[in-house]
Amino acid sequence: MAKLKLPAPGEALDRVRDTEVWRSMFRPGSIFRRGYRDTSRDRALATMNNVLYHLHPVKMKRHGLKLTYTFCLGGLSFFLFILLTITGIYLMFFYRPAAELGSAAAYTDMQNIRTSVFFGDLVRNLHRWGAHLMVFTVTLHMARVFYTGSYKPPREFNWVVGVLLLFLTLGLSFTGYLLPWDQLAVWAVTVGTSLAGYSPLIAKQANFLLLGGVIVGPDTLLRWYVLHVLALPFVLVIFLSVHFWRIRKDGGISGPL
Amino acid sequence: MARDDASLDQETFDRVLAEEVGKGADRRVAEGRARAAALRAARAKSGEGPATTPAPAAGDGAAPQPAAAPAAAAPPAAAPAAGAAPAAAGVAAPAAAVAAPTLTAPERQAPAPTGNVPEPKRGAPEKHRLLALVPPEGIQRVEREQGDRINVWPHLLIEEFVAMMLVLGALTIFSTFVNAPLRELANPNLTPNPSKAPWYFLGLQELLRYFHPMVAGVLFAPTLVLLALAVAPFVDRNPSTKPGDRKIAITLFTMLMMFGAVLTIIGSFFRGTGYNWVWPWAQGVFFEL
Repeated sequence: MAKLKLPAPGEALDRVRDTEVWRSMFRPGSIFRRGYRDTSRDRALATMNNVLYHLHPVKMKRHGLKLTYTFCLGGLSFFLFILLTITGIYLMFFYRPAAELGSAAAYTDMQNIRTSVFFGDLVRNLHRWGAHLMVFTVTLHMARVFYTGSYKPPREFNWVVGVLLLFLTLGLSFTGYLLPWDQLAVWAVTVGTSLAGYSPLIAKQANFLLLGGVIVGPDTLLRWYVLHVLALPFVLVIFLSVHFWRIRKDGGISGPL
Repeated sequence: MARDDASLDQETFDRVLAEEVGKGADRRVAEGRARAAALRAARAKSGEGPATTPAPAAGDGAAPQPAAAPAAAAPPAAAPAAGAAPAAAGVAAPAAAVAAPTLTAPERQAPAPTGNVPEPKRGAPEKHRLLALVPPEGIQRVEREQGDRINVWPHLLIEEFVAMMLVLGALTIFSTFVNAPLRELANPNLTPNPSKAPWYFLGLQELLRYFHPMVAGVLFAPTLVLLALAVAPFVDRNPSTKPGDRKIAITLFTMLMMFGAVLTIIGSFFRGTGYNWVWPWAQGVFFEL
């Protein structure tokens, strides 16, 4: 009678690592193929063989680690963007950007998110507070870059991209502000967009373009929803890519002071 | 040391290796040069020499491995006759002088490209080979200060991870206990008092109290500030990043930030009903995020 012998845990892992599927998933030299040893080579491979970590170089200037140089502000802004994307996708499952008179589906959905959606309240809070925090971190990131003089050649263009990203962040936050369709949202947006109504020559046109009408109404909601969940993130990701890419190409982290 | 498929002139090998190492060449480079020289010497000895190898031609100072020239021409007694080589520019040791390459790059002898795609020979195996000959003058040695560099993994990635987790933890705890506001359904006929923009536009709204809307609304704040920020690196020509050298830039930027912060704080906390001035500790805070 053949004896069924179960492999030991370590042995089982080795067997999985030997399969073709596993080896196809991890590139040669990946630490998930042969395990990680704390050598210079494996430290480099840990960065190089991971699509996310690959944003970073293998080596960097030591002073860039100092918390008081970067305060992690750029990285945290990016992290908040990821967090907002994830929480935002979750909220999108339960939200309709419809606000016909008398039955504003958007507002009803907001109430449902708060009361009956699984963790809806927490996710919505995370999304809202995270958004405010992101405006804050992006602004502070800009200040940090200025005070360290990091906008100087060869990084001038990346600074311009950064100003654009700040502008896009404000745009994302502002378009999202309208979506709950409560008194706070609609009137804050009314006040905010009335600023655009003071443009010198194209006041009416600018306002009409922004609102999809003459006042904040259902068309505004749909327009801003599309901007908020699709158009602006799309543009932001493009400029974010340029921003990250230029950091590497312009010689990594700036400084030291 | 020698490859097994090549017969090397051991004597030449040892001598050139010693010379190269003496000159301070990298060990691997020295071995390579010595091996090349020894191979040429061996070929010259066995009689196939000058016809097939370009290097041993006397006085060919521009040859890739000039050290081989005297060695191949008359091994090993030729070594002291280093002065004969035209490549003797400015190196102290006579042995090293032989090996120093001239600064002029040799002319390429390769024929001009014809643009014809070669037909594979009939019956040739279905393979292609990648082989490139890189002339030594084609190798560019890039020397850059390595600086004090550290591995991103683990040092930076761990720091980033900790920062992320701290922010995520703080934000989750905050979101658990503090609910984002949700007021009653929007009503276009009922303007709340006060009506305020989102906090990051409150500086702008505050500015509207003091200036004509045209100035504060569109011309001044968004356009001018954003434009000024965007062109800052092209206006600020000061190359230094030391705070001590950048007093004007830092002062201006700090003033801009303070200006924005003060206006935003006033708009947020010091404006109440009818957007009139209030003291937040006396009349309360009219501010919602």
